[in-house]
Amino acid sequence: MSSKTVEKLDRVVIRFAGDSGDGMQLTGDRFTSETAALGNDLSTLPNFPAEIRAPQGTLPGVSSFQLHFADHDVLTPGDAPDVLVAMNPAALKANLRDLPRGATIIANTDEFTKRNLGKVGYATNPLEDGSLESWHVHPVALTSITVEALAAFDSLSRKDKERAKNMFALGLLSWMYHRPTTGTEAFLAKKFGSKPDILEANLTALRAGLNYGETTEDFAVSYEIAPAVMPAGTYRNITGNAALAYGLVTAAHRAGRPMLLGSYPITPASDILHTLSGLKRYGVTTLQAEDEIAGIGAALGASFGGAIGVTTTSGPGVALKSETIGLAVSLELPLVIVDVQRGGPSTGLPTKTEQSDLLQAMFGRNGESPVPIVAPRSPADCFDAALEAVRIATTYRTPVFVLSDGYLANGSEPWAVPSVADLPDLTVELATEPNATDDQGKPVFHPFLRDERTLARPWAVPGTPGLEHRVGGIEKADVTGNISYDPDNHDLMTRLRAGKVERIADTIGDLEVDDPSGEASILVLGWGSTYGPIAAAVRSVRNTGVHVARAHLRHLNPFPSNTGEVLRRYDRVLVPEMNMGQLAMLLRAKYLVDVHSFTQVRGLPFTTVELADAIVGLAAGTDADEPVTTQGGHS
Amino acid sequence: MSTDLGMPSTGVPQGTAGVPRLADDAPRQTKKEFTSDQEVRWCPGCGDYAILAAVQGFLPELGLKRENIVFVSGIGCSSRFPYYLDTYGMHSIHGRAPAIATGLATSREDLSVWVVTGDGDALSIGGNHLIHALRRNVNMTILLFNNQIYGLTKGQYSPTSEVGKVTKSTPMGSVDHPFNPVSLALGAEATFVARTMDSDRKHLTEILKAAAAHRGTALVEIYQNCPIFNDGAFDLIKDRSEQEARIVHLADGERVQVGPEADRQVLVRGEGGTMEFVPEAQAAGRDVVVHDAHAGDPTQAFALSRLDSPHMTHVPMGIFRDVVRPTYDDLVRAQVAAAVDTSGGPADDADLDQLLRGRDTWTVA
Repeated sequence: MSSKTVEKLDRVVIRFAGDSGDGMQLTGDRFTSETAALGNDLSTLPNFPAEIRAPQGTLPGVSSFQLHFADHDVLTPGDAPDVLVAMNPAALKANLRDLPRGATIIANTDEFTKRNLGKVGYATNPLEDGSLESWHVHPVALTSITVEALAAFDSLSRKDKERAKNMFALGLLSWMYHRPTTGTEAFLAKKFGSKPDILEANLTALRAGLNYGETTEDFAVSYEIAPAVMPAGTYRNITGNAALAYGLVTAAHRAGRPMLLGSYPITPASDILHTLSGLKRYGVTTLQAEDEIAGIGAALGASFGGAIGVTTTSGPGVALKSETIGLAVSLELPLVIVDVQRGGPSTGLPTKTEQSDLLQAMFGRNGESPVPIVAPRSPADCFDAALEAVRIATTYRTPVFVLSDGYLANGSEPWAVPSVADLPDLTVELATEPNATDDQGKPVFHPFLRDERTLARPWAVPGTPGLEHRVGGIEKADVTGNISYDPDNHDLMTRLRAGKVERIADTIGDLEVDDPSGEASILVLGWGSTYGPIAAAVRSVRNTGVHVARAHLRHLNPFPSNTGEVLRRYDRVLVPEMNMGQLAMLLRAKYLVDVHSFTQVRGLPFTTVELADAIVGLAAGTDADEPVTTQGGHS
Repeated sequence: MSTDLGMPSTGVPQGTAGVPRLADDAPRQTKKEFTSDQEVRWCPGCGDYAILAAVQGFLPELGLKRENIVFVSGIGCSSRFPYYLDTYGMHSIHGRAPAIATGLATSREDLSVWVVTGDGDALSIGGNHLIHALRRNVNMTILLFNNQIYGLTKGQYSPTSEVGKVTKSTPMGSVDHPFNPVSLALGAEATFVARTMDSDRKHLTEILKAAAAHRGTALVEIYQNCPIFNDGAFDLIKDRSEQEARIVHLADGERVQVGPEADRQVLVRGEGGTMEFVPEAQAAGRDVVVHDAHAGDPTQAFALSRLDSPHMTHVPMGIFRDVVRPTYDDLVRAQVAAAVDTSGGPADDADLDQLLRGRDTWTVA
């Protein structure tokens, strides 16, 4: 074992940053798995450009992966890194502004050449000109040490050897933080099983990194972070997209229905399609359609046939699917639309996160066409949100939106894996018999005769004798479903469809408020992926003695029944969102409560500090007379 | 008019294999059973009536359970069709019926899926879905009612209207070059492409029968008269004195010819592969074109589709192409079935548990 000093820490934030081709996402993933295996709680934030390979060594080409891990529960990927691994000057330059004074920088000196420095506008080498004296800098010749460690690999080119430098970096960091590398070794064995020399080179580089930490005098201290105290259970690390895919499959299984995904590739939702296309063994059919419209069309066709129809997309795809969503509203068939939100408008920021599709999900269709909306709050929670969406879709025969986002999609956290048998029973009752009689007493089927409790219409699928019927986007007569242009009928049907969605509130429970002191006069209300940052900020504000209450909306349509009452209970309500105030607008319109909107659209999640400042500011009344929309700042 | 399409019955209609059939001794279904209680609301004299009557009359011939037949349509006059059939049906949105039917057919092997569409629905707003359905070869039959006009929006030119068409939206005549739906379908490598006409019930029925028997996407173009906005569009080939000289009846394995016996013209290949009709007497010794609907190479079928002209000098009718290619939905279901089989049958709770746990788990006591 090491003879070096070992310090104990309670939490660390590490950011791996390099060129898009440097393997930073892989390095981060592996370090995350090692950390999860050790039992730390964690949260991750991958951040990468939309271009697959931006020009090498440039600022637009920088890809990073941030990991926050601790011996206690972790709510966010961390505001600022304690350690930055910078694989080149661009990575240093792009990330330095996020790095607090005193943080550690591990820089790959081999890449700090005159040419690379020039590419990002460094006139002198920051590793040598004293400009980094406020940080702990570890200059390491990562590339050349890796190449040297692989000197014996005659079959590999210098380029191949250089490519293993991310494994060297992983080895070094694994030594620094006492991470086990057995999982990574097994991973590499699987990845490079057919290329023994590449496998051996990567393993050698990994070990060289470990040994480097152990032997070099530059690294005098290593760190231990004890496992977090977590509720008993079996855990795994999971990203939001994987959790969503698993949630959909599990929901279809619990519903006893086959599932068909109709989808068109789009960032950052494509991984759900990829994951589900590998789950045919669970009865999942995936259809990569010719466009977004066909994707949802195929899903709706499958729903008509009795399957759980699902489509996955991002904001621009939702825009294309809008007409079909309206058709699903009119047909009153189950359908799940997963929108992994990204920065907009138009193509916007494909790889960055945002919450700006709430109003599109709520209103983005012609006519009065209400659609229920469910939003997961964390990567692992995407699983439960998928189950809830399927429950609502099948129970109320309606399309349902799941509003995930890029941060949830690619971020990951430990997940206490549930036992499938313990999950809600989502068994669906299909119509099998006529439900009425005609004036001659003959049994007939009325496709729009509703369930009194839910207002849902029967789901009668083709192949069921005696229930032949036609549905369509033209207004239908109440009960019979025949075409009807009658004014009173249209008014009635419009209200029935709205009422059906409102009734979902009967089954979603109240909005719960977290207010340990019971003395808070301020409420922070969020939705979706802001859960972690808000909870962390509220925790930090409470630690300063300020009483603040917190609540989080899973259901955006309908809202929980007590939402208005909760809002009115507090003197002030702060609504942080990664948009220009879309939830705030809905709350003001529905409840006539003048909530304080705190917004930011930087393509990144809120930091704890900026949210805490906003809460403290509101508590101190500094913006009591300010306009209601507050812009989140970034200094 | 001849209805011999040269397509001998092969016994099992592959197109409806897997769809539950009526017992052999069950009473024969009637046209009435396939007629819904809804009042038909097309304009008086619309060609859609004849097509509806032909389809209602034909469906009992399939011998399928009525509840296993589904008609999906888009938007337009023709797309009201499903309301008038007492089967399962969906009147969807403009142009999207092939996409919706693709999802339905893929998830339900036991259904006979039909799409009803028009020239605007299928070839303008829904052009993308049409070509991709044909390319995939999803097991369904697409009935494309072509009246060369937009009817439901009251008379604008369509993607099959002839150049120079004067309509409400083209007072100086349209400048768009029209699609030939048969050429388009063949270009998309459709496995079954046919053309027929609303007024020839016998021919229409024979084509429907062949289309239903085909496994894969069958595209049937049906010339259909719109008496309100484009009346008489097909008069040249409906006029008994004209039609014999103009309609080229395609019969598989037969030479391609047109005209009354006394004045018969035969299609021959000229220099460079061009095709031309020559008097029968001059055909001797020439390279006479024999129709082969089953040819793997669609080149000749495409060339036949190009015999069309806006002036309807010669109009081929019948089955242009009928070839076997694995269908998308069969292949998709086979992959799912193989994945399930190799894993030891349908997934149970324990299998799902294993999926959710993944490979890297840790336990907190």
